[in-house]
Amino acid sequence: MKIGMLLSIVSTEQKMLFEAAAKRGVAFDRMDDRRIIFDLENHRYDHDVILERCVNHSRALYSLKMLNASGIRTVNTYDVARVCGNKFLTTMALVDHGVPTPKARVAFTAEAALEVMETMGYPVVLKPPIGSWGRLIARINDRHAAEAVLEHKEVLGSYHHSVFYIQEYVEKPGRDIRSFVVDGETICAVYRYSDHWKTNTALGGTTADCPIDGDVGTLSSRAAEAVGGGVVAVDLLESPEGILVNEVNYTMEFRNSVRPTGVDIPGRIIDYLVKVARS
Amino acid sequence: MGTCPECGAAVNVDDDVVEGEILECEECGAELEVISVSPLELELAPEEEEDWGE
Repeated sequence: MKIGMLLSIVSTEQKMLFEAAAKRGVAFDRMDDRRIIFDLENHRYDHDVILERCVNHSRALYSLKMLNASGIRTVNTYDVARVCGNKFLTTMALVDHGVPTPKARVAFTAEAALEVMETMGYPVVLKPPIGSWGRLIARINDRHAAEAVLEHKEVLGSYHHSVFYIQEYVEKPGRDIRSFVVDGETICAVYRYSDHWKTNTALGGTTADCPIDGDVGTLSSRAAEAVGGGVVAVDLLESPEGILVNEVNYTMEFRNSVRPTGVDIPGRIIDYLVKVARS
Repeated sequence: MGTCPECGAAVNVDDDVVEGEILECEECGAELEVISVSPLELELAPEEEEDWGE
């Protein structure tokens, strides 16, 4: 059994995965994406499975496309990374599968984006279609703020900031939910608390165990299925109308979720990797 | 023990440190990447890019 792990920097999650693999006696090749050169005519990889843990979305996408096209199984697949890495594609997948998600609109000009915001009603959330850790996400409270942010994006943003992904603002009880799904099963979830409207733990939020019975477990598994399965983390919002799936992450972070849930998340990922390698 | 390439302070590392690991210099707060474990070599870690994330 030959297993690879594609990554560049070794964050806490990567180290936890190394330890989980060592505990199970699972050896793997470390593949540094900074040193990889893909020969598009000749594929030299012969792994049974490769776990993708790139921190760069672009490197993950290109690498997974190349590996999958070469017949190498990956966790996750190119298709899962492509859908999860783009909020527009994620929303499309969730809507297609009937998974409840906040209302979202996409527009290509500042004028059209402003029209969306005025129609949707403030506050709204403006997000770059590709991005993570809450970076460059703006809660826009009124027309003045909308005009300012849109003008700045048009003038200062790179080209993908001219795709305006606008989402309804969901009032949440000072927290959201991050659940973890492996091979279709919701294995655990945490509440993420923050005084800030952004609850990403990358921005300093705190976590506590969240029960996975009921809608949390069901909707997480359905969201994972909608984006193509594998190993994903699902962000859920507790709206007054019920739970909504906000986003799905394909190279998930879990350092703050193992202790409160008591679930060995890296271990479950390695177990799944071995299962895929043997399948 | 290594040396911070940013401020020159001594940087302590755990016994289980691995190549590629990201550390923080306790003196200046710089993020450092372990380039080599033996001998211990540290460089400034790559800076966050627009497509970084999970």
